[in-house]
Amino acid sequence: MAKYTQDKEELTQQKAKKFNLWLGMIGMFMMFAALSSGFIVYTAGGIDRGIKTILPEAFVYSTILIVVSSVTIQLAYNAARRTLFDKQKLLLAVTILLGVGFFFMQVYAWGVLTARGVVFVNSNASQSFIYVFTGMHLAHIIAGILVLVRALVGRIRNIPQVNNVFRMDLAALFWHFLGFLWIYIYVFLLLNQ
Amino acid sequence: MSTIANAGTHSVDHHGDHGHHHESFWTKYVFSQDHKMIAKQFLITGIIMAVVAMLLSILFRIQLAWPDKEFPILEVFLGKWAEGGRINPEFFLALVTIHGTIMVFFVLTAGLSGTFANLLIPYQLGARDMASPFMNMLSYWFFFVACIIMIASFFVESGPASAGWTIYPPLSAVPKAISGSATGMTLWLISMTLFIASQVLGGTNYISTVLNMRTKGMDLWKMPLTIWALFLTAIVGLLSFPVLVSAVVLLIFDRSFGTSFYLSDLVVQGQILPNEGGSPILFQHLFWFLGHPEVYIVLMPALGLTSEVISTNSRKPIFGYHAMVYSLIGITILSFIVWGHHMFVTGMNPFLGGVFMITTLIIAVPSAVKVFNYLATLWRGNIRFTPAMLFAIGMVSFFISGGLTGIYLGNSALDISLHDTYFVVAHFHLVMGSASIFGMLCGVYHWFPKLFGRMMNEKLGYLHFWLTFIGAYLVFFPMHFMGIDGVPRRYYAFTEFPFMEKWISVNVFVTWAAIVAAVGQLAFIWNFFSSIWSGKRATQNPWGSNTLEWTTPVEHIHGNWPGEIPTVYRWPYDYSKPGHHEDFIPQTVPFSETMSSNLPHDFEGNAEAERIQREWELANNNPQTEKETE
Repeated sequence: MAKYTQDKEELTQQKAKKFNLWLGMIGMFMMFAALSSGFIVYTAGGIDRGIKTILPEAFVYSTILIVVSSVTIQLAYNAARRTLFDKQKLLLAVTILLGVGFFFMQVYAWGVLTARGVVFVNSNASQSFIYVFTGMHLAHIIAGILVLVRALVGRIRNIPQVNNVFRMDLAALFWHFLGFLWIYIYVFLLLNQ
Repeated sequence: MSTIANAGTHSVDHHGDHGHHHESFWTKYVFSQDHKMIAKQFLITGIIMAVVAMLLSILFRIQLAWPDKEFPILEVFLGKWAEGGRINPEFFLALVTIHGTIMVFFVLTAGLSGTFANLLIPYQLGARDMASPFMNMLSYWFFFVACIIMIASFFVESGPASAGWTIYPPLSAVPKAISGSATGMTLWLISMTLFIASQVLGGTNYISTVLNMRTKGMDLWKMPLTIWALFLTAIVGLLSFPVLVSAVVLLIFDRSFGTSFYLSDLVVQGQILPNEGGSPILFQHLFWFLGHPEVYIVLMPALGLTSEVISTNSRKPIFGYHAMVYSLIGITILSFIVWGHHMFVTGMNPFLGGVFMITTLIIAVPSAVKVFNYLATLWRGNIRFTPAMLFAIGMVSFFISGGLTGIYLGNSALDISLHDTYFVVAHFHLVMGSASIFGMLCGVYHWFPKLFGRMMNEKLGYLHFWLTFIGAYLVFFPMHFMGIDGVPRRYYAFTEFPFMEKWISVNVFVTWAAIVAAVGQLAFIWNFFSSIWSGKRATQNPWGSNTLEWTTPVEHIHGNWPGEIPTVYRWPYDYSKPGHHEDFIPQTVPFSETMSSNLPHDFEGNAEAERIQREWELANNNPQTEKETE
C-alpha cells in the first residue's frame, strides 16, 4: 500500500471540505423535510386530498438499482484505497450506469403515473407532490452522477493517490446520501399512499 | 443545492497553491478566493444595494407625505411609473416590495454576514483562509448575480415584483393579478434562488471553518463573541434557507406550470382560474419557517459585532461571556419555533396560537440577558466614544426600544388589532432594521483599519451617527401611534380615508426626517470611499484590541500571517486586568508573561500552573494578586 505524506494544514483543509459536504447534506435534507411537512399540512387539509393511488412498481426497481449502486460505489472506494485502479474504474463505471438506470426508471414511473391519470398539474396537489419529491431528488441524482464522473475522470487522468482517494471518499458519501434520501422519500410516500 | 457537492470536490485542486501564487488583476480583485477580498466585495456590494433600497424608500415616503402634489422630476426619471409627476399605485407596491427585499436579504443578510463572517472568521480564529476558498468565491458571485437580476427587474416592461417582500400567494402566484406579478415576480424568484445558493455556500463554509480550522489553543470557549454569533447565524441559515427553496419551488410550479399547491377558487379579472384545492396558508408556513429565523440571521451578527466593540471600547471584559453565548444559543433554538406569530390572524387554532405566543415571549429572556450584559459592560467602564462605539450603543438602544414592542405584537390577542398596521412597521424597523444596520455600521467603523489599512475620519463618523440615530427615531417612532390608530401598512394613499386624514401631517414629518437621515448617509459614503485611498494610515492594533486579527500585518498578505499562525492562550476579553501594566492583553500572550496579573481561575484547574503562580507570588510578594486569592 502506498503511503503519501501530507502537511498538517492540507489535512485540516480536506477534513473541513468533507465537513462541508456533511453540512450541505443537512441543508438538502432540510429541503426535503420542508416538502414533507408541506405534504402533511396540505394532505391533512381535506378528505379529498391524499395520494389516492398505488405507487408504480417501477419505484421498487429503482430502489433496487440505487441500493446496488451504493454497494458498488463502496467497493470502488475500497478498491481505490487499495490502489486496485482497474477495479476502481470498473466499479465506478458500473455505479454511474446504475445511476443513469435509476434516473430513467424514475422517468418511466412518471409515465406510469401519468397514464393512470395521476398527473403533475392536478387539483389534488398531494399527487403533484409525488412529482416534486421525485423530481427534486432526480436533480440531486444528476449532481451525484457528475460527482461520480469527476471521480472517474480523475482516475483516468491519474491524479495523485491522495486526491483520488479524497474524491472517491466524497463521491461515495454523497452517493450513499442520495440512496438514503430516496429510501426516505419512498417510505414517506408509501406510508401516505 | 447540487453545487455544494460539486464545489466540495472541485476545490480540492485549489488548495495546494499557498505561497506560489500568481495574481493577475482578475484573480486578485475580481475572481478572488481570498477571504479578505471577498469580505470587501460583499461590503461594497452591500453598501451599494443599501443606497438603492434607501432611495426607493425616499420615493414612497414622498408619495405618502404629499399624495396630491406633483413632482415633474419624478416623471423625468421614472417615466410611466410616475405619470404626471406622481408615483402610480402599482409602482408604489413595487417600491415597498423591493425596498424590503433588498434591505432584509441583500444588505442585512449578505452585506452583514457576508462581510464580517468572511473577514473575521479566519482572522479571529487564526486560519489562513476559509475551509473552501473556492466555494467562498462562488458564494459572492451568486450573490452578485442575484443583485443584478433584482435590480434588472426595474427595467422590464411590467415592473418589479409587487406582492410585498413576503410574496404571499395567490397575489404572487397569478401572473395576471397585478403587473408586478408578471415578469418582475419571475425575476424576483430567480434572484432569490441564486441568493439562497449563495447563502448556503457561504454558510456551510463558515460553520466548517469555525469547527475545523481554529488555531492551536483556540477552543470554543476562547472564541470572541463575534465568531459565536456568526457561527450560530450560519447554522440558522443552513437550516432555514433550504425550506425557502422548497416554498419557492412550489410557487414556481404554481406560477408557470399550473399546479395548485397554493391556489384555489380564484377569479381574476372576471375569469375563473383552473387551479383548485390549494392552500395559500401552506406557503405562509413554509415562508415563515425561514422568515422568522431570517430575522435572527439579520440580528445575531450585529449582536456579535457590538459585543466585541462595546467590550473593547469600555476597556472592560464583556459582562457574562458565557451568558452571552448561551443566550445566542437560546435565540438560535427558539427562532425555529416561533414562526406562527406571523400568522395569528390566518384562522389558526387558538390553542396553537397560544403555543406560538409563549415561545415568542420566551425569546424576551435571552434578549434581555444580552441587553443587561451590554449595559453592565458599559457600567463604570473607561469608555472611549469612537464612532464604532457610538453605533454599538445605538444598536443597544434600538434593540431595547424595538424589542419592547415585540412583546405586544407577540401577544396573539393584541396582534389581532395590530396585525399589518404601522405598529408592525415601526417594530421591525427598529429592532431588526435599525439595530442591525447600526451593528453593521459599527463593524465597518471598527474594522475599517483591518479591511483597508487606513482609518476613517472620526468627525464625519460622529456627524453620521447623530444624523442617523436621531433620524431613525424620528422616522419610526411616530409610526407606533399610527399603528395603534389602525393605519394599515403598504397602503398607497391611506390619508384619503376620512378617519386617517389627520395622519398627513405626521407623514410629512416622517418623510422630512427620512430625507435628512438619507442625506446624512452621504457623510458615511464620502468618509468610506475617500478613506480607502486617503485616510490616515492605520497602525497594527489601533483600538488596543485582544483578538487575533490585530496581530496580522496592516498590509494584507495571502495566508494572513507571514510566519507561523499564532497560538492562543487566553480568552479575548482581558481588558484592564488588575496588575497588568497595559489595559489589554492580546490572546497570544501566554500567562507566563503576565505573572503580575494572573488570577486563580485563569488556570482552569491546572495544578502545576497554579503552583508556579503561587511560588512567583511568594517570591515577588505581589499585593494585588494576594488580595484576590485570599
